[in-house]
Amino acid sequence: MGVAIRKTKAELGLADLYQGARRYLPGGEEITAVRAAAFDRFSAVGLPHRRVEAWRYTDLRTQMKEAKRLASLPDDAAKAKAREAKDLFAGAGFRKLVIVDGAFVPELSDLAGLEPGLTIQPMADALAADKPLLSQRLGAIVPDDDPALALNTALAANGVVILVAPGTALSRPIHVAFVTTNWVATSMFTRSLVNIGAGAGATIVESHQGPDGSEYQVNTAMQLVVGDEARIDHIKVVSEGGSALHIGSLLANIGARATFNQLGFVAGGSLVRNQLFVRLAGEGTVADIRGGSLLSGTQHADTTLSIEHAAENGQSRETFKAVVGDTARAVFQGKITVAPGAQKTDAKMMSRALLLSDEAEADSKPELEIFADDVQCGHGTTTGAIDDELLFYLMARGIPPAEAKALLIQAFIGEIIEGAANESVRDALTGALLGWLGRRE
Amino acid sequence: MTALLEIKGLHAEISGGRKIIQGLDLTVNKGEIHAIMGPNGAGKSTLSYVLAGKPGYEITAGEVYLNGEDLLAMSADERAAKGVFLAFQYPLEIPGVATLTFLRAAFNAQRKARGEEELSSPDLIKRVREIAKTLNIDSEMLKRPLNVGFSGGEKKRNETLQMALLQPSLCVLDETDSGLDIDALKVVANGVNALRSAERGMIVITHYQRLLDYIVPDIVHVFAAGRIVRTGGADLARELEATGYAQYQSEAA
Repeated sequence: MGVAIRKTKAELGLADLYQGARRYLPGGEEITAVRAAAFDRFSAVGLPHRRVEAWRYTDLRTQMKEAKRLASLPDDAAKAKAREAKDLFAGAGFRKLVIVDGAFVPELSDLAGLEPGLTIQPMADALAADKPLLSQRLGAIVPDDDPALALNTALAANGVVILVAPGTALSRPIHVAFVTTNWVATSMFTRSLVNIGAGAGATIVESHQGPDGSEYQVNTAMQLVVGDEARIDHIKVVSEGGSALHIGSLLANIGARATFNQLGFVAGGSLVRNQLFVRLAGEGTVADIRGGSLLSGTQHADTTLSIEHAAENGQSRETFKAVVGDTARAVFQGKITVAPGAQKTDAKMMSRALLLSDEAEADSKPELEIFADDVQCGHGTTTGAIDDELLFYLMARGIPPAEAKALLIQAFIGEIIEGAANESVRDALTGALLGWLGRRE
Repeated sequence: MTALLEIKGLHAEISGGRKIIQGLDLTVNKGEIHAIMGPNGAGKSTLSYVLAGKPGYEITAGEVYLNGEDLLAMSADERAAKGVFLAFQYPLEIPGVATLTFLRAAFNAQRKARGEEELSSPDLIKRVREIAKTLNIDSEMLKRPLNVGFSGGEKKRNETLQMALLQPSLCVLDETDSGLDIDALKVVANGVNALRSAERGMIVITHYQRLLDYIVPDIVHVFAAGRIVRTGGADLARELEATGYAQYQSEAA
């Protein structure tokens, strides 16, 4: 080891948060031990910085100036604000579960008439009960060498647990709405678990939002455990307030012959890190992973994907697109790993960035790590501006330049939105896109 | 009477590049169809782009008026709203934009620019379908992304559909016959002929006389080395088919 690095103000603050909270964070003996080990791992390396390869383009040590105090439990005023918060999925008929300032709020959530085979529980209750499933999940499948995720494991207080019994096909999507209401900046650590039994199917939508102007900090993680021959559609929409820090981790372990559709959409936040750790554990699984980012102002959004083909005959498509305006910056890091023996893997990754200004920036780092010899893997990256020829074609038909550009941006990001199988989801994402375009004008 | 289009002493070049149009004078009155014929590289397509307002060309001298208004002072979208329509030689493909979405955006943008009321979607769709039918355009095609995967003939029919929907006062057809077999050519020509009117003028740019058998012009110009070197009636086109452009190229040089 080299020279000991002095801890930053934020790192010291995070240590204070943990020391102050660890005695009352939910969890029995086992969970408490998992938390302590996770915090030790974080503490040993500190906040990630640009010399940590997985965080190369997002220097959290520099960017995160301090750790905000932990959010307190939502009072009536906070709940009222959450009730009135704009809901992209309003009217879609989804089963809505509401997390306010990091706490699951049953009275705002639709828990009536749960379909047979569906169980929903606040994560805090599950942690307090020290369920073996959770302690295993919290510690095990997770590549807990990631410092942001380790912090989440140490400090996660609440979230939601959704269990779908084997063979249960849920036709009604579930929307987990994470709403920050505080104007006073706080930090929130949430952890959720979705377990889809063998042969089951579900659509899970996550949304994250909060007030503009508040420098609140979100560290959220979602674990998906998907059984053999199951189908999961997972959609995550980040429309955090303009000054917010959002660190999100998706940990997905997918069984054999399953279908995994994942779509991430970023249209808010000041600094967003969306990291996905996906393991196609069983053979013959098909995964479609898409991401779209709409960035303007000084926003920075980093999507980092690591997908492992652990078994044979898997197919995955990774498609990521970013529209970057002003001085914003989009980062995409994508790594496909094909394990020894994962023959006949077919994986294709593509990332494209559309830059709307000379100062906008897009960084892309694709990686392939292949340990099998009979596979088809590829990746591609493009970065470009709006095509002048296309723009002229639209203008020559009378469409003014601003509208023509908006149309081309819609067309560009449309490929991501079309990935959602559910029409209401597509409509909601299109609504988010139009809202973003409208704010730019 | 004010001419529909008046081009006076026009000189244009590719920005930072070579001179293309070198002293062009042309007047198109309402109700007239002018054919501009000439060898490859004469600047025919540049003329169409300059009229439509494509960026990347520099006007070094001359004036262009549409119904007495300074066309060169307008952006491409403003020109379209004033009635200029360029049928592209190579219509562009725009993945992700459905043809109908594009037609609606164009139609309503022009209406808005002219201070007219926008047309409701059902009314617009009805109108588009009626035109599409006359051009043998399948309504499935209207749902597909604009020009993506369209054959050459489908693209040109789609251009004609746009022209018929937008009802421009000046149509500029750039090599509309290129990439068309004879059947497709007839369909497109019928569509264009249906738009002939006493209120509308057209400039038909072509290398070959073939198109002019179907869209019969009132006046034919020979365009070489950036300007008009000869003007005549419809029979001039047939003469050119026999003699070729060689004499004009040497004259211009």
